[in-house]
Amino acid sequence: MSTGVLLLSMAACGLVTFLIRLSFIAFGQHLPNDPRFTAALRYVPPAILGALIAPEIFALNGSVSLAPDNPRLWAALAALLVARLSRSVLATIAAGMVALWVVQAGLG
Amino acid sequence: MAGLREEFLAGVRAELPLLLGVVPFGMIFGVLGLAAGLPGWAVVLSSSLIFGGSSQVVFAQLWGAGAPPAVSVATVGVVNLRHLLYSAAVAEYLRALPWRWKLLLAYLLTDEAFAAALPRLRDGPATAQRHGFLLGTGLTLWAGWQLSTLAGVLLGAAIPAGWSLDFSIALTFMALLVLSVHRRSEAGAALVAAVVVLPALVLPHKLGLLVAAAVGIAAGLWLRRFERGAA
Repeated sequence: MSTGVLLLSMAACGLVTFLIRLSFIAFGQHLPNDPRFTAALRYVPPAILGALIAPEIFALNGSVSLAPDNPRLWAALAALLVARLSRSVLATIAAGMVALWVVQAGLG
Repeated sequence: MAGLREEFLAGVRAELPLLLGVVPFGMIFGVLGLAAGLPGWAVVLSSSLIFGGSSQVVFAQLWGAGAPPAVSVATVGVVNLRHLLYSAAVAEYLRALPWRWKLLLAYLLTDEAFAAALPRLRDGPATAQRHGFLLGTGLTLWAGWQLSTLAGVLLGAAIPAGWSLDFSIALTFMALLVLSVHRRSEAGAALVAAVVVLPALVLPHKLGLLVAAAVGIAAGLWLRRFERGAA
């Protein structure tokens, strides 16, 4: 697609993001203060992250594969364990990448 | 009473350790944005136009996969919807500020700037200059994010595909997920969205992510009813 469409798409994404961040800062007194709305917002990050992660592990090259010979599956499990123990983003990335390279070398 | 300058510098100091995690993410995004098919200028520009790490990754992936612009914008909106919570949390501390301050601080209100500034705003002395702290965390993160994205784009071509560096984005998301889950219902929302997204990938216009997130949120709200003491 054209450069113009790309530029406009990014600008629209930026505007939407900016308006979300501005919402309560600028218009707080006009926005609903409903506890159910706040409760639903609480589930947005885990749901989005879950939906972002799964295809990166199970759907490479466009087709879904749940086979146990998938190196990313084992690297993801190792990373999940390190994330729970360390609660560190850097340690999780390091452990997951090393695990992926080890499993890939072992299977290859 | 601390002046604006002191508050700003304290904010900068509070943000610097967080750059340890943000700078590698920015560099990886720079590399990945190119790999997804975005031109280099667009990868760099998205860091100031959109200025939200995970949503920029999602935008690059959707653009690379040929999703319609409307779907890209809607998905980016949902990915960044959590910032409503940040906006609500800082609003009371910024109420008395003029518009230009509100607009500037809203633009800078990212995960890491918010996380580093909230303790000061909430628990520190209620001075008229405390918004300077949020400006300090926000601008520090902004500068770190722009420079690391640029570095990633410049390095991008030099990193071999065999390193599977794209996997580090999924790993970043996994770390953020583990850090953001405090209840079983939140873990349930993530799990349900992860399971639903795989068959939903066949949906047209790359709508799978939005559908899976919606089902995950609904599942979290349903599971929440079984949690004791849930407010």
